[in-house]
Amino acid sequence: MSVTTETPQQRDRARTVFEKSRSGRRAAVLPALDVPERPLDELIPPTLRRVDPPRLPEISEPEIVRHYNRLSQRNFDLDSGFYPLGSCTMKHNPKLHERVAALPGNARLHPAQMPARAQGALELMWRLQGALAEIAGLPHVSLQPSAGSHGELAGVLLTRAYHRDRGEERTKVLTPDTAHGTNPATVTMAGYQVVKVGTASDGGVDVDDLRAKADESVACLMLTNPNTLGLFDSNIVEIARVVHAVGATLYYDGANLNPMMGVSRPGDMGFDIVHFNLHKSFTQPHGGGGPGSGPIAVSERIEPFLPRPLVVRREGHAIAGSAANGDRVGGSQTPYDLDYDRPKSIGRLRGFQGNYGVFVRSYAYICSLGADGLRDVAESSVLNANYLLARLRRAGVSQYLPLAYDRICMHEFVLSGAPMKRDLKIRTLDLAKRLLDFGFHPPTVYFPLLVEEALLVEPTETETRETLDAFADAIAEILNEAREDPEIARNAPYSTPVRRLDEARAAKQPVTRQPL
Amino acid sequence: MADPSYPDDLRYHAEHDWARIDGESATFGITWYAQDALGEVVFFDPPAVGTAVSKDEPYAEVESVKAVSDVISPLSGEIVEVNEALAETPEAINEDPYGGGWLVRVRLSDPAELDDLLDADAYQATLAG
Amino acid sequence: MSRYTSATEDDRRAMLEEIGVASIEELFADIPRELLLRGGLDLPQGRPEQEVYEHLRELAERNVSTEREISFLGAGMYDHYVPALIDSILQRSEFLTPYTPYQPEVSQGGLQVMFEYQTAICELTALPVSNASVYEGPSAVGAAAYLAKLANGRTRMLASRGVHPHSRETLQTLSTGYGTTVEDVALRDGATDLDALAAALADDVGAVFLQQPNFLGAVEDVAALAAAAHDHGALVVCACDPLSLGVLAPPGACGVDVAVGEGQTLGNRLDFGGPSFGFFAASEEHLRQMPGRIAGETVDADGRRGFVLTLQTREQHIRRERATSNICTSQALNALAGVIYLAWLGRRGIVELGELLIQRTAYARDALAALPGVSTLHDRPVVREFAIRLGAPVHGVIERCAREGVNPGYALARDDPELADGLLVAITEQRSRADIDRLVDVLGAAVAAERDVVEVRA
Repeated sequence: MSVTTETPQQRDRARTVFEKSRSGRRAAVLPALDVPERPLDELIPPTLRRVDPPRLPEISEPEIVRHYNRLSQRNFDLDSGFYPLGSCTMKHNPKLHERVAALPGNARLHPAQMPARAQGALELMWRLQGALAEIAGLPHVSLQPSAGSHGELAGVLLTRAYHRDRGEERTKVLTPDTAHGTNPATVTMAGYQVVKVGTASDGGVDVDDLRAKADESVACLMLTNPNTLGLFDSNIVEIARVVHAVGATLYYDGANLNPMMGVSRPGDMGFDIVHFNLHKSFTQPHGGGGPGSGPIAVSERIEPFLPRPLVVRREGHAIAGSAANGDRVGGSQTPYDLDYDRPKSIGRLRGFQGNYGVFVRSYAYICSLGADGLRDVAESSVLNANYLLARLRRAGVSQYLPLAYDRICMHEFVLSGAPMKRDLKIRTLDLAKRLLDFGFHPPTVYFPLLVEEALLVEPTETETRETLDAFADAIAEILNEAREDPEIARNAPYSTPVRRLDEARAAKQPVTRQPL
Repeated sequence: MADPSYPDDLRYHAEHDWARIDGESATFGITWYAQDALGEVVFFDPPAVGTAVSKDEPYAEVESVKAVSDVISPLSGEIVEVNEALAETPEAINEDPYGGGWLVRVRLSDPAELDDLLDADAYQATLAG
Repeated sequence: MSRYTSATEDDRRAMLEEIGVASIEELFADIPRELLLRGGLDLPQGRPEQEVYEHLRELAERNVSTEREISFLGAGMYDHYVPALIDSILQRSEFLTPYTPYQPEVSQGGLQVMFEYQTAICELTALPVSNASVYEGPSAVGAAAYLAKLANGRTRMLASRGVHPHSRETLQTLSTGYGTTVEDVALRDGATDLDALAAALADDVGAVFLQQPNFLGAVEDVAALAAAAHDHGALVVCACDPLSLGVLAPPGACGVDVAVGEGQTLGNRLDFGGPSFGFFAASEEHLRQMPGRIAGETVDADGRRGFVLTLQTREQHIRRERATSNICTSQALNALAGVIYLAWLGRRGIVELGELLIQRTAYARDALAALPGVSTLHDRPVVREFAIRLGAPVHGVIERCAREGVNPGYALARDDPELADGLLVAITEQRSRADIDRLVDVLGAAVAAERDVVEVRA
């Protein structure tokens, strides 16, 4: 495509807020100095002070608003279109959640407020803990971890504390070769050695390989179920038996919890530790890459080691021990408290009590849906995934994009672009880029690593049948187009604010800030 | 570099590395197949001169945008020189894997290990499967 | 029950037919029967939106927010004003609802924000490399310890007692996994004791952890402490209050190798502790050891300027067990609030705000220390927070003040029993002279009353 056909957005070249700065402009007007002014040198010695002020932008409020609004228009977002990004659960983010999170009692509540004066917040957290425990089928929950990977780290450190408490030092953690990268990275950060377990021909854990590798040096097996291929591992009971027989713990990566809610519970499958991604299954908006939240649920034997503080409800008596926490008000009026008195705890993983703003949204979601609604989520997510799979098949796509493991899937499925690459001379990356011109966000590409030219598709429960039809038709059309002329996909996209970007250049000569 | 090539004057290791033997020392690099599988190389992290390397063990990393690959030493010895030019132009590993894209020079410690390496035909046979 | 799904009964029937199964249950056939949950979840049934709103409003009502009392609470998070334009921009769905920018062609807005954010953090800290944010402050301190271990392989870490207790505890928790140990360095007169640090330093120390201003509000002589650490080849990690950096010497000018910190004060609301963001900046040599996402500038196929996630081979999805961190989700939306706030404040505003805080804080400190029985806990320079001793039971004083609608600050005994009558008082630009005068009156009366109680008991 030539330069003369540039869209208005393409013509609008990127300029940063720093480049829009003009000396003397400003937005903020601060309160006037209302106390007697003292010489600054008297208050902070010049040797400890900054010489030149930081070169922040000088820009007016209208220009800030316009700058960031225009930038926002250079993003694709879930509220505007289909976003079937596998493993990320891009479901609708209900608008009620933004309203309740912004209530002053939530948004302007100081995290060090004494518990007696934050009873609503603590009750909300306590109720959320209870709901998550029920969904996981495990009795105890800590909301502290900030995201899934943070929950994983908590989980593996809990495992270490559990073994150490029994006088054992174990050295290895098992992860399937289909695992998310966060699993092995977490294992190393927690001081264990990663041992990979293979995948069987049906896409599940290779149980023979697991048996061969499970011994008394193994601390834990980390598993996602359904796994990253979108398949439920039917051998889970046997897997749990093998792991427990050598005294190891079984860890549930909750990235794929969505199709399990109200259908089957990790605790009932034999898992000891579960992390949730509140930004996946429980609708915290992803924010372009965070915030998230990664609470963990654990079995009785792991409970003593949970991070502190824990939110507790103290029944029928004054709040014991809370005087030390700056709180004198006791009794049944203020039963919710923060419990720091946990001698076996692994300790803190972060400041204060966790990402409370996320808890508000997820709690509102659980209240809205209730038991039946959560089950409807699980069922509809599986229905949508299998329907989309069937529609792709009917559209004749499977010849070029076969299902990597031909079984009924759960909430997502993996296609292999290997035949497409061989026969149509376009790669999965090209297909993904061409989908952008059709107004769709592409699925996750090149993950799981096990599948050549992988395409991981997760439609989620909140999409309509019409949307799924349109997406299947778009894929079919791109393949047809490639049969005629593969160059079209290879040079896509054409309609986006910028076209294919030179990532190699960015990595070779990294420019990670603007020279000022 | 468009077409595969495997020069006859080199010895190959099955992990896609080559060695050019020059008396008691050798030059190492990665093969056409390896650079093609990796994609455009954006970074080479060389070992320090003087480091000991062991046959079949990793001694450096090469990175593309979305992959990291260990480089396996085809022979044992000590690093005597690294290709400094790759810091500025790592793409030489793609464009000229057997020439400007060489990685390190090594003083060999065990010439007997040479017998374990493959010739060009034998190496290419491993790629066919 | 509210629902956000859309399949009608007709849809379901048609979809099941297309799939070729008779019922939804058949789709779950891979799950062993004994693992299927019988009788459903033991949770209340769903409720309509207006009822859920009412329930959450009622819960929120039972919290005393900074709108319902005059609050001098700080200790890591501060009640600074969040300008309205931040709410407006953050609620745009194009910023609120996308995932991490895996497809840069349709994520230029978010990626450019990251690039601008990194530029702003580098400028504030005077360090050349910044990532696109991490979870929050204390865990950023923990992440810096992992970088130090990757950088020099040493396993002894020294942390000043001036580092926030939450950060020190997080460091301790993570050290179990890292295989490192953490030792405290004592304070003298409220600031890190240089002699104690020098005595603890040796050539096996991987990093020294400082905080500026420290937990007790004191401005540290970071340059002197950093020089001592560098004499032994240890890295210097400093947790900084970003809002103080318009006035205080930036970490990059004090010999700090890694500057981290809590970003809440930059345009993020209190939210009872999160979500906020942590910033993470370092010297050039640590570029490839940084945790988390980094945005970089490049060009597109037609030569247009554009931005991508770069140096991704550091990260967990590629390097897996050898990654520089396990972090995946960061805090993009909160970091966006941060960069908008810095643009709003601007080059002059950040200096003016810093100076306003220093003046008001000095005024409040002098007035409180003049109360009978009350004294300063240290006399070091301070920016927006200071520590005093009440000479009276702190919890009684706090309770009495609270009844008058004033939250006088943070009881230091929460973290350190030795500071039994210690109170940490924070002043933001939202606390006027009139508010401070009210604090002085109320606290003075509360201290006097508590001292009377103690005397009567005696």
